[in-house]
Amino acid sequence: MINLAGRDIMHSWGKFVFTGLGLGLLIGVTLTMAGVYRGMIDDAKALLDNSGADLWVVQKDTLGPYAESSSLYDDVYRSILGMSGVARAANTTYLTMQVHHGESDVRAMVVGVVPGGPGEPGQPGYLVDGRHITRGHYEAVADMATGFRTGDRIRIRRNDYTVVGLTRRMVSSGGDPMVFIPLRDAQEAQFLKDNDAIVGQRRRTEANPAFNIPAVPGLTDAVIASQGSNPYVNAVLVQIAPGYTPGEVADPIRRWLRLQVYTREQMEGILIGKLIATSSRQIGMFLVILAIVSAAIVAFIIYTLTLGKIREIAVLKLIGTRNRTIAMMILQQALGLGLIGFVVGRIAATFWAPYFPKYVLLEPLDSVRSLAAVLIICVMSSVLAIRAALRVDPAEAIGG
Amino acid sequence: MARLSINIRKLSLVAVIVPLLVLLIYVALRSGPLALVPVTVTTVEDIAVSPSLFGVGTIGARYTYRIGPTIPGRIKNVNVHIGDRVKAGQLLGEMDPVDLDDRVAAQDAAIRRAGSAVLAAEAHERDTLARFNYSDTQAQRYEKLLQSQSVSEEAVESRRQERDVAWAGLASARANLEAVRQELLAARADREGVIKQRVSLRLFSPVNGLVTARNADPGTTAVAGQAVVELINPESVWINVRFNQLDSSGLRPGLQARIVLRSKASQILPGRVLLVEPLADAVTEEILAKVVFDDVPEPLPPVGELAEVSVGLPGLAPLPVVPNASVHRVNGAKGVWVTGDGGIRFAPVKLGATDPDGRVQVLDGLSAGDEVVVYSQKALNARSRVRIVERLPGVSK
Repeated sequence: MINLAGRDIMHSWGKFVFTGLGLGLLIGVTLTMAGVYRGMIDDAKALLDNSGADLWVVQKDTLGPYAESSSLYDDVYRSILGMSGVARAANTTYLTMQVHHGESDVRAMVVGVVPGGPGEPGQPGYLVDGRHITRGHYEAVADMATGFRTGDRIRIRRNDYTVVGLTRRMVSSGGDPMVFIPLRDAQEAQFLKDNDAIVGQRRRTEANPAFNIPAVPGLTDAVIASQGSNPYVNAVLVQIAPGYTPGEVADPIRRWLRLQVYTREQMEGILIGKLIATSSRQIGMFLVILAIVSAAIVAFIIYTLTLGKIREIAVLKLIGTRNRTIAMMILQQALGLGLIGFVVGRIAATFWAPYFPKYVLLEPLDSVRSLAAVLIICVMSSVLAIRAALRVDPAEAIGG
Repeated sequence: MARLSINIRKLSLVAVIVPLLVLLIYVALRSGPLALVPVTVTTVEDIAVSPSLFGVGTIGARYTYRIGPTIPGRIKNVNVHIGDRVKAGQLLGEMDPVDLDDRVAAQDAAIRRAGSAVLAAEAHERDTLARFNYSDTQAQRYEKLLQSQSVSEEAVESRRQERDVAWAGLASARANLEAVRQELLAARADREGVIKQRVSLRLFSPVNGLVTARNADPGTTAVAGQAVVELINPESVWINVRFNQLDSSGLRPGLQARIVLRSKASQILPGRVLLVEPLADAVTEEILAKVVFDDVPEPLPPVGELAEVSVGLPGLAPLPVVPNASVHRVNGAKGVWVTGDGGIRFAPVKLGATDPDGRVQVLDGLSAGDEVVVYSQKALNARSRVRIVERLPGVSK
């Protein structure tokens, strides 16, 4: 039996392949958009994974360090360590800010971690270069997306830091790369005013008669000193001991320490459900529109291809070819076009994804779903073309 | 001819389709779950690590002198400015004496008056003494005359009574003399006190020092205890360093230190730990230590300048050592990913000391010669399939 689809494709293979390539680029864009959506979700999850925490202890009645500002005294972690079921607890601070590197600035989330060694809560999970922080001050581990290299000197507020290690996929929920620095430095950076503000504050304090009593020498200095200290952190990251559930550990902390505690599921709900909900819905909307546009374009291409060979179809009908054979020819061509388009799209998406500013996550399951969707769209799109082909009058083959 | 044309078309189609399929397979193997995770490895070696402590401190002075009045008053003059070097005993400033000079003059007058009173009392004492001697002589003569019955008993009694009165007068004169002498002493002591008070209004330097603060200018009212001028002893400059309590065991006086001043970041100054404070900071969880320069820099670094201090601790015995980048925590246990048998396995380890370059001792769980994963392209788990590479993609050196 002669394969009409193959013969037809062979007859005009260039047109067919280039149409498939064009369709593939469109599918590639759709896959990339889906990847951006997945990437946003993954960024949020990566933020939680990278913290290495089972519980997040934050200021009461706040949504935690990522969605809302939270401020705790930095000695609270000792009380938490004394609670049943707590294996490890560590202070941490998060602040998205500009990090200066040479003449350029990089927007990054600066994370203050207790330099207690790898594997501790808040520490970067794995490195791709360099080492973890060993000194208590002025060392940094940065995500590769910052563009920094080990040995670089970067400036955060007024202090210079040496980049001693590089990580990958350590990002904030907004996709900003993370820079890990020692907690004490981060506390200072987070609350440190600029020099002009400090000088102004000193002047105001000295001008305030309540803080500048002549009969009490040293009072002004003491007040100014107290204004410059910062005993706060944003959250305490808690790892629970084996044999305990997050709820068992969280409840006593909420009850006795009167602090807000979030489990992994709750924090994920906050990040995905509240923080990136609007952005992800927007991306989802674009994805739906792109899918519809892709389906329409596939339909138009197949319909146009069919109309382009309407005379040949009429000849086929004239020589007695069955309608089923003609329909199969168009369907097979549509599926072939879809397959080429998918392959090209998947390859294109993989190659251009790393160059996107946002993380693009191409999940294998998404690819399988996309393939199925492309094939279904091709089948449905070919219906219109098949209908047009079957309605061709064989007389057109010999007509003018 | 037609067959040849079809073959060329077939070949062209194959030439397009096959590379596409090859690329698809490459993509599937590169980015999907089948993708191998590039990792770098290192071999565990027995190395003697030398831990080091790193702390940040501020330049300070061991001895600070806050010079000010001991009584409230108004500042008359201040002779020194910030940055001046002064010598021990040098006059730094003076408080306004107000009426102290007048009081000294009054005390002088009081002393002179008391001196005159003493002279008068001495003369009076001599007068009463002469009276007493005469009355005593008279009384003794009448006693003898009575024995010879030359005078009456009554006359003798009269002489005795005169002698007693003279004696009482003499005692009174002597007491008066003593009183005015004491008054003279009191007046002199008062004068000394006022003069000392006057002297205390002058602010002298107790040491050879450097003026670090001039807190008030002439005309300002200062209260007792308020520092008008502050001095430090330049030779006693040290660095008040804070070391994180984590891994700070072994910190003790005498250890060599490397000091980098904030203003001279490229210059490493040698020093040593002078003392470790017995009280740690419970709030910041830091140990406080004082580090001194081997040679105090000239010019003197500003007091309050930040300094980074690295203190080398004694080297430890050789033990298996891994980079800290290779250490991970899996299910609550610290360990490393060990390569072998074509895959990786997680080996829990017990860690020891760490040196500043990130090398960490393995007390238990590994031995020299084991090969461990240092860097990985993504987080590893027991099912990860790895590909050992020289350097991870995208990490340049």
